[in-house]
Amino acid sequence: MKYVQGKYPIIAKTTLAREVYDFTVCCPKIARAAEPGQFVTIAADGFPLRRPVSLCGIDKENGTIRLVFEVRGKGTKEISGLREGDMIDIIAPLGRGFRLKDYKTAILVGGGIGTPPMVPLAKIYGENCVAISGFRSAPNVILQEDFKATGAKTVLCTDDGTMGRKGFVTEALREEIEIKKPDIIFACGPSPMIKGVVDIAKEHGIPSQISLEERMGCGIGACLVCACRTVRNGEEFYAHVCQDGPVFESKDVIF
Amino acid sequence: MADMRVNIAGVEFKNPVITASGTFGYGREYEHFFPLSKLGGISTKGTTAEKRNGNLAPRIAETPSGILNSVGLQNPGIDKFIKVELPNLKSKGTVIIANIAGFSVDEYVKICEKLDATNVDMIEINISCPNVKHGGAAFGTSCQSAAEVTKAVRAATKKPIIIKLSPNVTDITEIAKAVEAEGADAVSLINTLLGMRIDINSRRPILKNNVGGLSGAAVFPVALRMVWQTANAVKIPVIGMGGISTWEDGIEMMLAGASAIQVGAALFKNPFAAVEIIDGMNAYLDRKGIKSVNEIVKKVQPW
Ligand SMILES: Cc1cc2nc3c(=O)[nH]c(=O)nc-3n(C[C@H](O)[C@H](O)[C@H](O)COP(=O)(O)OP(=O)(O)OC[C@H]3O[C@@H](n4cnc5c(N)ncnc54)[C@H](O)[C@@H]3O)c2cc1C
Ligand SMILES: Cc1cc2nc3c(=O)[nH]c(=O)nc-3n(C[C@H](O)[C@H](O)[C@H](O)COP(=O)(O)O)c2cc1C
Ligand code: FES
Repeated sequence: MKYVQGKYPIIAKTTLAREVYDFTVCCPKIARAAEPGQFVTIAADGFPLRRPVSLCGIDKENGTIRLVFEVRGKGTKEISGLREGDMIDIIAPLGRGFRLKDYKTAILVGGGIGTPPMVPLAKIYGENCVAISGFRSAPNVILQEDFKATGAKTVLCTDDGTMGRKGFVTEALREEIEIKKPDIIFACGPSPMIKGVVDIAKEHGIPSQISLEERMGCGIGACLVCACRTVRNGEEFYAHVCQDGPVFESKDVIF
Repeated sequence: MADMRVNIAGVEFKNPVITASGTFGYGREYEHFFPLSKLGGISTKGTTAEKRNGNLAPRIAETPSGILNSVGLQNPGIDKFIKVELPNLKSKGTVIIANIAGFSVDEYVKICEKLDATNVDMIEINISCPNVKHGGAAFGTSCQSAAEVTKAVRAATKKPIIIKLSPNVTDITEIAKAVEAEGADAVSLINTLLGMRIDINSRRPILKNNVGGLSGAAVFPVALRMVWQTANAVKIPVIGMGGISTWEDGIEMMLAGASAIQVGAALFKNPFAAVEIIDGMNAYLDRKGIKSVNEIVKKVQPW
């Protein structure tokens, strides 16, 4: 199976922080096919475009996926109004996820609402990874218990120091690399953060993969709106975040 | 089951619903949802002589009931289309319309000559892309240049030619008449309407191209009006599009004068929109006891 469109029941809904919602959706076929780093697109009643949201959890045994998203504008506001028991209209699983290859140890770097796709990676790597997350301030902090439960070492940063250590994830990343150089760095978050992480990875000769965001139309690779500048076979090529990504090898991306 | 077949310029379609250029790629992605043989036809992504990357992202913005796009004709070029995509598409059991665009009359001619040697069913000449500088829309906004392109491609190929018209003109019927006079077999309309959105916090346009083409439900009434006016101005078939999202829209568009219809932006929210429109139109004809879909074409009764 590649991807399907359907309406699936929301079996749990919680609030993780102000305007950050956590949906558990029962869709066994999708859960079985899904991989870390892939995403779904959610139809919002009354809006012509679906909203892309990363998979924050994939439970193949129970046939569920987990979606954690922040209300940013009108579409996500509409979706946040869905309740437990309601059906959610999604297309999933979409895109190319993280390529784990034979990387044995990893550092995961998540910034803000970019942290959710790091959770399935932490589940896979457990003690063999460090999960660094950064948020603006204590009220924005999410998913720390989920990371801890995987056995991963967790490092929390806030810009204002109201929780965890004060400062940016990039500083924490440098320190963790000093302690133990990982085989791979995975990152998702705002573009300045991603850029910072990629630079540090490059400095230390560590490969890195990044999950990117772009505005989308179809979400499946047909309309070509979600372009991302990359290098392919030595030539500049506009790849598509929904199909070639959202996860890219940083070395291929032109920033 | 009503007879859904339509015939445009000698090409038979099993039903009048075609997926619109640029929204359906070369069919590969939507094939995961339904067999392409269900469609009346597919108009492929606008293809140019050479491969193009298109404009920088963001290339899409949402609007009330619509979308703006500024892709700028990203495509692998006509040679790769003919070698890789066309053979695959032609095996799918639906009419294949190659949508093409050029930056000069010569380029349109060169592409048509190449397509003439293939088994593609029809060629849709896009003289109305609002997203590329020089060419594209420029050809579609004056009767003279629209006629010039039509005349040149007419001489370059025996394939049925559909000229795709721009709505960004004062009187679309004048352009339609001009291309009919030069031998167009059909016209299709509308391409997108030029529009804009601004992020009020950054004070930047949402589209990196600043402006882009509006499509989706928001443009439907404008498209319907233009199709109606054009169908009353020319004798060649009119293929209607612009905002068709439901089977009711499809019926309305055919009543206004469209011999076939195209569905684009609606696919983004509902990938099954085109097939649901086919089924819904068929059921409507049955309920009304109408035997053939052709019977409703241009059957609006104006006051
Ligand atoms: C692959 C991918 C994964 C994502 N995963 C998550 C996630 O797990 N959790 C989460 O909270 N957010 C995630 N996002 C961002 C999320 O898609 C946007 O915040 C959301 O689309 C905004 O919609 P809106 O209705 O709130 O905003 P509006 O401003 O009303 O949206 C208008 C249009 O712009 C698009 N848009 C606006 N901001 C973005 C953006 N940052 N990225 C892409 N499209 C945007 C919308 O989809 C919509 O089409 C992800 C984005 C991508 C591309
Ligand atoms: C993302 C996107 C890309 C498009 N690309 C093309 C193109 O390459 N060539 C073309 O003739 N029309 C192109 N169009 C225009 C559509 O084919 C159609 O004319 C228009 O969108 C109106 O129909 P709709 O409202 O059903 O989408 C594009 C439209 C969209 C939304
Ligand atoms: S959103 Fe259509 S190609 Fe990526």
